[in-house]
Amino acid sequence: MVELSALFHGFAVVLTPFNLLLMMIGIVLGVIIGVLPGLGGANGIAILLPLTFTMPPTSAIIMLSCIYWGALFGGAITSILFNIPGEPWSVATTFDGYPMAQQGHAGEALTAAFTSSFVGAFVAVVMITFLAPLVAQFALQFGPPEFFSVYLLTFCSFIGMGKGSPFKTLAAMMLGFALAAVGMDMVTGQLRLIFGFTDLMRGFDFLIAVIGLFGIGEILLSMEEGLSFTGKSAKINPKIVLETWKKLPRYWLTSLRSCLIGCWMGITPGGATPASFMSYGVAKRMSRDGEKFGTGQIEGVIAPETAAHAAGTSALLPMLTLGIPGSPTAAVLLGGLLIWGLQPGPLLFVEQKDFVWGLIASMYLGNLAGLVIVLTCVPLFAAILRVPFSITAPVIVVICAIGAYTVHNAMLDIWFMLLFGVVGYVFKKLDYPLAPLVLALVLGDRAEDSFRQSMLISQGEVSVFFSNWLVGGITALSLVMLFWPLLSKLLARVRST
Amino acid sequence: MAEKQASRGAEQAGISTRTMDIVVAVLIFALGAIVVFDSYRLGSKWGSDGPQSGYFPFYVGLLICISSLVTVVQALRTTSGEGGLFVAWGPLRLVLTVLIPAAVYVLGVQYVGLYIASAIYILIFMVVLGKYSWLRSIAVGVLVNVGFFLMFEVWFKVPLFKGDLDPLRFLGY
Repeated sequence: MVELSALFHGFAVVLTPFNLLLMMIGIVLGVIIGVLPGLGGANGIAILLPLTFTMPPTSAIIMLSCIYWGALFGGAITSILFNIPGEPWSVATTFDGYPMAQQGHAGEALTAAFTSSFVGAFVAVVMITFLAPLVAQFALQFGPPEFFSVYLLTFCSFIGMGKGSPFKTLAAMMLGFALAAVGMDMVTGQLRLIFGFTDLMRGFDFLIAVIGLFGIGEILLSMEEGLSFTGKSAKINPKIVLETWKKLPRYWLTSLRSCLIGCWMGITPGGATPASFMSYGVAKRMSRDGEKFGTGQIEGVIAPETAAHAAGTSALLPMLTLGIPGSPTAAVLLGGLLIWGLQPGPLLFVEQKDFVWGLIASMYLGNLAGLVIVLTCVPLFAAILRVPFSITAPVIVVICAIGAYTVHNAMLDIWFMLLFGVVGYVFKKLDYPLAPLVLALVLGDRAEDSFRQSMLISQGEVSVFFSNWLVGGITALSLVMLFWPLLSKLLARVRST
Repeated sequence: MAEKQASRGAEQAGISTRTMDIVVAVLIFALGAIVVFDSYRLGSKWGSDGPQSGYFPFYVGLLICISSLVTVVQALRTTSGEGGLFVAWGPLRLVLTVLIPAAVYVLGVQYVGLYIASAIYILIFMVVLGKYSWLRSIAVGVLVNVGFFLMFEVWFKVPLFKGDLDPLRFLGY
């Protein structure tokens, strides 16, 4: 039980008044970010990241990860009360959450959503507590070829598991890699892809891309729909909460299933959004009231919310242990680690014990605090959404511009943000996935480094990626993932004959 | 069937998804070609001390070109009505009413700085799109930015861009 003592040490790190205050601020900011259209977990954290440059890394990550939890909670409020998913992963929550609100059970739906979110996150954190040290230990043996094969697996799973056209996924991902390559080549010192523009020497910062793609892009999308918010009011009081809590244990099997789906989808880079849909689908198929789903079943709220939170939380496991984020938001947090001077990866568990266990301890506390805050402050947060869009839209654009500027104190970045906003809008409408683009932009340099080092070791022989059972296994798995759409078709054909 | 589609097309005209798909894929192809070209220039082969600078990006660019080419071919093979509309003219106008002022705003930031440009942007957005009274719009625009000013310049000590002309020089920040 080394993990438990380490965890208690982590609690000792977290439980200072300053850190607890940051935690509360983080949760409240996160919920607000989750409620507002155009601001979400990924770009909200990207915008606030520059403010944490001067903080100690542990305090900074506590605040930023709490913003993430808050955003996860916040998405449910808009889905249930307004039928507008504040975050992509809460789309599935609208299916049954909004009908419940229409029937006057908004309080019940919200309580169920928040509680299941908490359960999902809690299970995921417990898993991280015990699994992460093992994974990190294991990954300590990794050399450059192993790391590259893990990167390969991450990116191949995007192509194989993606819903849309695999070629669009590939194009988006490779654009991310190309953008990451812009600027100085760290190995040879040569300038790449800048075509004489010295301003491009710094390269494209992924934070700017995230703020533009998700922030400005989202505003443009919302504008097109001509948003007018007409929401249901929520009455939520201790009596409703307690009554709902009494009902919830009945659905333990749905919760458990959703937790498992969520954890799995979070560790593999599926992410919270597909996890919530998958969990909703599975719950619908397995439930006795399956055919009633979509008319306001409490189970239809529990399933997606549990899975989304479990996935969102467990996306931090590969980020901490391998340095590979499982979601765009985890990617932004990873970017934060690099900026604070920490090297993500297995060594983090050896060299930065305070940081890692402080973060894990803050996940327990942050989610608990989050549950209390959202349960007590729902009307307040719903009121924010009633502020007309013609006020919030320009303010959000301004916030995005400020966020983009503060990353490098560069005016040019604001222009790039706008450009990325247009790209985000067009890509979203044409089903180009944004997550692989962002992940490729973040991981591009590191993937290239590990590739180059592997090539140096083997003197240019690609066979290095099959040189032992470990790296060979991961590479083979990547190839299976890459060609999964073809393989599954082939399998189906073999079975039918 | 064709008649029905034609009538729907008439009431909801706009840019078709197919057209947009092709345009975007061609643009992406062009970007890929630029990457390939520059990587080739830098050296995309094996140098004396290992892979050259262009080694990795060369293949990245190549994959961009191939994947966008496939997307173009796929889009060309669909019939024009199939994918539906990318955006109808009406919503497009709404999008542009946000995008164009946003571009003008960024240009404004360049000259008069974040605070002043933001205040003007918010108040004009409110008056024109939100139909609010001038008084209320000015109040919101100014108050929000005074808030930002206090938060960034005073509390967090993170200086924001004041513009090439720097009209807020007199404040001493």
